[in-house]
Amino acid sequence: MAEENGEKNGKGLFGRVRQDITDLKDTIKEKGKDEIEGLKEPEKSQVFRSIFRVKHDETPRNRALSVLSNVFFHLHPAKVNRDAVKYKFTWGMGGITFYLFIVLTFTGVLLMFYYHPSKVQAFRDILYLENDVPFGKLLRNMHRWAAHLMIIAVWLHMFRVFLTGSYKRPREFNWCIGVLLMVLTLLLSFTGYLLPDDQLGFWAVTVGTNMARATPLLGTEGPFGALLGMTPYNDVRFALLGGSIVDANALLRAYIWHCIAIPLIASIFMALHFWRVRKDGGISGPAPVMLESEIKEENRNRPVILRPSGMV
Amino acid sequence: MRRRVIWGMIYGYLGINLLMFLRFFFPRALYEPNTIFNIGYPADFSIGIDQRFLMTNRAWVVREPDRIFVIFARCTHLGCTPEWKPAENKFKCPCHGSGYDSEGVNFEGPAPRPMDRAKVNIDPTGKIVVDTSKLFMDDPRAGVNQFNDTGAYLPV
Repeated sequence: MAEENGEKNGKGLFGRVRQDITDLKDTIKEKGKDEIEGLKEPEKSQVFRSIFRVKHDETPRNRALSVLSNVFFHLHPAKVNRDAVKYKFTWGMGGITFYLFIVLTFTGVLLMFYYHPSKVQAFRDILYLENDVPFGKLLRNMHRWAAHLMIIAVWLHMFRVFLTGSYKRPREFNWCIGVLLMVLTLLLSFTGYLLPDDQLGFWAVTVGTNMARATPLLGTEGPFGALLGMTPYNDVRFALLGGSIVDANALLRAYIWHCIAIPLIASIFMALHFWRVRKDGGISGPAPVMLESEIKEENRNRPVILRPSGMV
Repeated sequence: MRRRVIWGMIYGYLGINLLMFLRFFFPRALYEPNTIFNIGYPADFSIGIDQRFLMTNRAWVVREPDRIFVIFARCTHLGCTPEWKPAENKFKCPCHGSGYDSEGVNFEGPAPRPMDRAKVNIDPTGKIVVDTSKLFMDDPRAGVNQFNDTGAYLPV
């Protein structure tokens, strides 16, 4: 090493520069070769590997890694119990509800491009969407029907969870989050009702917010409401409507709750809900099925206790 | 001790912010029709139901042989606006079918009590001033009847 340096130093500045240039020529050649190789097999280039960090092989380890290392998939378990995908048991209603939520978010954002939440324009925009906007009628009806279906799917999901006893230990907390999500779904439906600003929505919201008058403590006509100084101008209905009548403020408030606040809150609870499904032992299924080959010899004659998976 | 003070300050700050957030939803100024309005002289009204102030102020003026009163046009069931049906001599709510007679007293459907009546006054020029933010109710369930209180009607 010392000898080599000495030799280099012996050449002086000019010699060293010449040496560097010849070195550079070689490295450029090599780099060029690499880049051509990279074009032939892009999955081997460093850029590719920085984006897709896990090699895609058909191995159990890689399948798990592709779920775990992806921000969108990682809420989902890397592996699912074979019984948990039995539609006969789960009805797939939770997944369908989530799918409908995605459809509603997408079509809803598109509808927002043409809808103005003001008394003068709201209903006109609905007519415009229905009659003139390209694919407007399709979008509006997709949003409407997906909303109806989501309500149905939420109830069926709840019904299934109840029937299979999946609200029991250790899933009590997730049941409560689920109930909150159901309330948020109903609120999304209710706030969306007013937005077309037609007779149906207007009177539905009139009726709905009149029920809020009867809220205990917070409503002017509710128990203890009047005692606490509630009037039509300071009670919970007033805060919901932004006034004492269903008017421009109410429309704008319904719009903001419908398009921003409630979807945001619901998304947070959804992430929590899916995470807890995993943490509480995966989707509850029927008692785990064992293949004949999986049964250990000494357990072959023992009675089998049937209970939903995850229950302790 | 210092830690408790700092946490106290943080919680206090967040608490005050929450109160501000909640207060934010109660506007101070409203752009709604005035609840106090002038409907003219008592002599302008003939016997029966007058619908002139329904669209603007949500109220019917009712003239009877001995009194004038103003019905606030809000169904006592869930707050829709009933319709006056002269042929049937009754008010009918389109939402859930509550029916009221020509004095606004319920006789069919889910309405629990007669429609409320707005406060009426005579101003110095002799015109009638109505205030729909002050309502008189007749609630048989609660045993309250304010329809004969001063302000609930004008004797003529």
